[in-house]
Parts: sequence; structure tokens; C-alpha cells
Amino acid sequence: MTPASTLTAPRRAAPRRVTAEPPFVRWLLIGTALLFLGLFLFVPLAAVFAEAFAKGIGFYLHTFDDVDTVAAIKRTFIVAGIAVPLNCVFGVAAAWAIAKFDFRGKTVLITLIDLPFTVSPVVAGMVYVLLFGAQGLLGPWLLAHDIKIIFAVPGIVLATMFVTFPFVARELIPLMQAQGRIEEEAARVLGASGWQTFRRVTLPNIKWGLLYGVILCNARAMGEFGAVSVVSEHIRGQTNTIPLHVEILYNDYNFAGAFAVASLLTLLLVVTLALKTWVEHKNAALRGTGS
Amino acid sequence: MAKKTTSVLPGFKLTLGYTLLYLSLIVLIPLACTVWKTSTLTWDQFWHTVTAPRVMASYRLSFGASFLAALTNLFFGLLVAWVLVRYQFWGKRFVDALVDLPFALPTAVAGIALTAVYAPHGWIGRWLAPLGIQVAFTRLGVFVALTFIGLPFIVRTVQPVLEDFDLEIEESAASLGANRWQTFWRVTLPMLRPALLTGFTLAFARALGEYGSVVFISGNMPMKTEITPLLIITKLEEFDYPGATAIAVTMLVASFVLLLTINFLQWWSHRHHRPV
Repeated sequence: MTPASTLTAPRRAAPRRVTAEPPFVRWLLIGTALLFLGLFLFVPLAAVFAEAFAKGIGFYLHTFDDVDTVAAIKRTFIVAGIAVPLNCVFGVAAAWAIAKFDFRGKTVLITLIDLPFTVSPVVAGMVYVLLFGAQGLLGPWLLAHDIKIIFAVPGIVLATMFVTFPFVARELIPLMQAQGRIEEEAARVLGASGWQTFRRVTLPNIKWGLLYGVILCNARAMGEFGAVSVVSEHIRGQTNTIPLHVEILYNDYNFAGAFAVASLLTLLLVVTLALKTWVEHKNAALRGTGS
Repeated sequence: MAKKTTSVLPGFKLTLGYTLLYLSLIVLIPLACTVWKTSTLTWDQFWHTVTAPRVMASYRLSFGASFLAALTNLFFGLLVAWVLVRYQFWGKRFVDALVDLPFALPTAVAGIALTAVYAPHGWIGRWLAPLGIQVAFTRLGVFVALTFIGLPFIVRTVQPVLEDFDLEIEESAASLGANRWQTFWRVTLPMLRPALLTGFTLAFARALGEYGSVVFISGNMPMKTEITPLLIITKLEEFDYPGATAIAVTMLVASFVLLLTINFLQWWSHRHHRPV
């Protein structure tokens, strides 16, 4: 910017003394930051595992022999298995329409897609109770036809879909907007069909962003508590997902059991963060070679 | 790229149609139900419900604790982002990954873990108890849980801005005679202000609606440690659907007004303090 920059030595060679703090300030700042993160993040994380094994490994393993625990784990996988792919398809479709075409009301549409992030999970669950519950809008009709949505798996799936709604779309829209439409247009002009263009040109470009969105979406889907809590009946073994099962065990004062099941979710978190870091790394490497 | 009436790319109608359909079915129509359910109440009933003493106490707690937690995170989030971007230290990558923990850790797990740690016999609670500080089952506990879940919002909005920050700007300030603190306070911080405001808004909005991590640590005593989302659930369990909806609508409106205000502040600060 200024001619002054030409006076300094090559960028990496000389230490930047004027933009660095004295060592004691630096270590004070690092120390304070680490202490804060330790107290608020690391200690609770470690506590999950310490409490889970508080009654020994035998008790820990015994928790997972329980039929209700196994049922909760299965149900969580079913719910995430339905909600995540559906939101993934939606995310790709929405990003395609928004990034590759111009139309009126695009900003409004993007805002509406983000809406579930600003709504409390409790309200997210509540709206389905208002719609499908016994006193709800469609309640009497559902009752007459013997269809159960609230206090059953479909309600849990819907509430999960609501809270994880924006994850994939939000990841893909800025990515696909930044990539533009030139590559796809070139593919079309060269004779590729629409599907071929998507599969061979767009998909390779967005795969890491898509994976990133799916990982976050899945973590939230499996761990959601508030929204699911509203639409489920809190009966053990019936309509419980893993987080709800944790609550039931905890409220029974079976703390070691609750933390054992919670440690399973924490493991999911560790896998999520590891995958996320890996995808970010891949993405950065891709961008590095691209430019 | 003036008017795009024809495009060689296919699938516009299909993808936009699907987007609108899915959005309406999953989000818009269910949300519209809140308006429908609220309209079954008369204005007097509505007002009576949303201003009942127990409800007012919950607003005070929810808004107050969320605000204080976001404020705390504003300070510590900036500190963590600064340390992660500007300094090198052992284990930095691990710490960087750890910041995302509250995003990905299921809220119920966070809730029971924080309760265990901050309970009077917990790892941290036992050191605070002799000082007369009780965290779990008090308002302080609500604050701790909301600080926990809000932290990544500030760090992750400030971090990229700091990474792209041109150090030559700080060098110019230094060469013009500013000391390190003056440079930070007068040059660096104003440039981070939009990111800090965005992060604050996100953390505040998230904290307002938070349920899972709070219910375990708060103790849920009416008038004292009961947050608004919990009150909504209580009403739903009593099958008082209109009451629950009225409180939910009030909360939605209040948070929208707050978000608009903060957006306006952002716009205003952008207009009047545009960095040259």
C-alpha cells in the first residue's frame, strides 16, 4: 500500500516487533484464554467420561445391554437416517436454484431458509404439536384415521428436520455462489445433459462443502434435545432418542448410566470434530492448489 | 449479467419449486400455526397470559442471562480468537478444534456435564463452595450454561476477520507513534466491530432459545430459575396450547425486534465509522 513496505525486509525474515506484544503480555493473554476454555469447555468434556466410568467399566458396559438404551440408539439412527438425507437433497436443490439463477425475492428466500436457526428448539417442537397434536389443526382428522405423528417417531423426525433444516443449504449457497456458473454453462454448451453437468461438474466442486454440511447436520440431528423433547412422550423404550434417554436416566438418579449414554454422544462429537477438521484441511488444500 | 430470462442451465423450475414446497411444509406452514393458535385468544387473555408474574420473571432471567452471557463471550471470544490467530503455542490446533465443542456437543450432554462440574461437590463447584458461590441450581448456573453455548459464535465470526487483517495497518499506527494499546483500541478494535456485533447477535439469539443445556443446571424453580422456553414446555404439558403459543409469539417478536435493532446499529456503525 505505502512505499514504506518496500523498506522492510522480506516478509518472513524479520520479526515484526511493532505488531507484537511484550512476552509477558502475550503469555498472560494465552494463559487467560486457556484458563477460560479449560473451565468452560475442557473440564465439562472430561467430566462426562469420568462420571461415565465412576462405577467401573462393568457398569458402563452393562448400561448398553439395556433394551431401552439399545432402542434409543436405534431410534436415533432411524431419525437421523431420514432427516439428514432429506435436508441434504433440499440443500442441494435450494443452492442450485439460488446460486445458478437470478430471480426476484432471492434475499427473502435466503432469510427464510435461515429462519429455523433463530427459532428456539422448544418452539420448533411446539409448532408440530399445534399442527398434529390432539387439540391441533389436523389433530381430529389424524385421530379419526388412526395416524399418530406427535408422541411418535414421525413427530420426532419432523422436529429434527426443522432444527437441522438450514445446515446443508447454508454451507452450499455461499460456496456455489462464489463458484459462479461458468463451468456449468461450458459443460452445457459442450453438449452435456443437465444431470451430467450436475454430476460431473458441480458435484466434484461442492463435495467437500456438502460433506461439511452433512456432518454438522447429522451431529445436530442425533443430539437434538429441546425440539424432540416437546414432541415425544418421555416413556422409556417408546419414543426416546439417545438425548432423551440420557434425561430419563439422569432424572432417575442413575448418574453413571446417564453419563455412560452421554459418553456415546460425546464420542459422536469427537468424530464430528475430527471429520470437520479433516474436511476443512482438504478444502484449504483444494483452494490452495486452485488459486 | 442484466436480465436473465433464458439460461442454458436446466432445473430452475424444478429446484426452486422443490425448495419452496419443502420450505413451506417443514417451516412456514407449521410456524404459521402459532399465529392461528394465538388468534383463538382475545386480546385481554393474551395480555394476561404474557404478563403474568411468573412469565415476567422468566423473561427477566432469559433476556438478562442471555445478554450477560453474550457480553462475557464478547470479551473472552475476542481474546480466544486473538490468541489463536496472533500467537503460536503448543496444542494450538487442539484448542482451535475444542472451540467448536458447544456447537456439536448435544445440549443435554452439555447440561448434565456442566451440572456435574459446577455442583457443590463437583470438580469446580467444590472450590467455589467455600467462597460462598453456588453455581448449579441458581441463576449463575443459567449464565454459565448460556456462556458455554455462545462462545463459538463470537470466536468463529471474529477469527476470519483477524486472519485477513492487514498487519501493515498496525505498523502504520505504530510508526505514527501509537503504542500497542492505542493501536489495538483505536485501530484494530474498530475494524473488528462489525464482526463482534454479528457474533454477539448470534450468541444472544441462540442463548434466548436455549433449553437443553440450561434445564439441568438451573434447578427450574418458578419465579427464580425458570427460563422462558421451559415455561413454554410446562404450558404444553398442561395442554394449555394457547398459553404456550402466546408466550412463544411474544418471545419471537421480542427477539426479532432485538435482532433488527442490532442490525440497524451495525448498518449505522458501518455508515458512520467506515474505515478508510
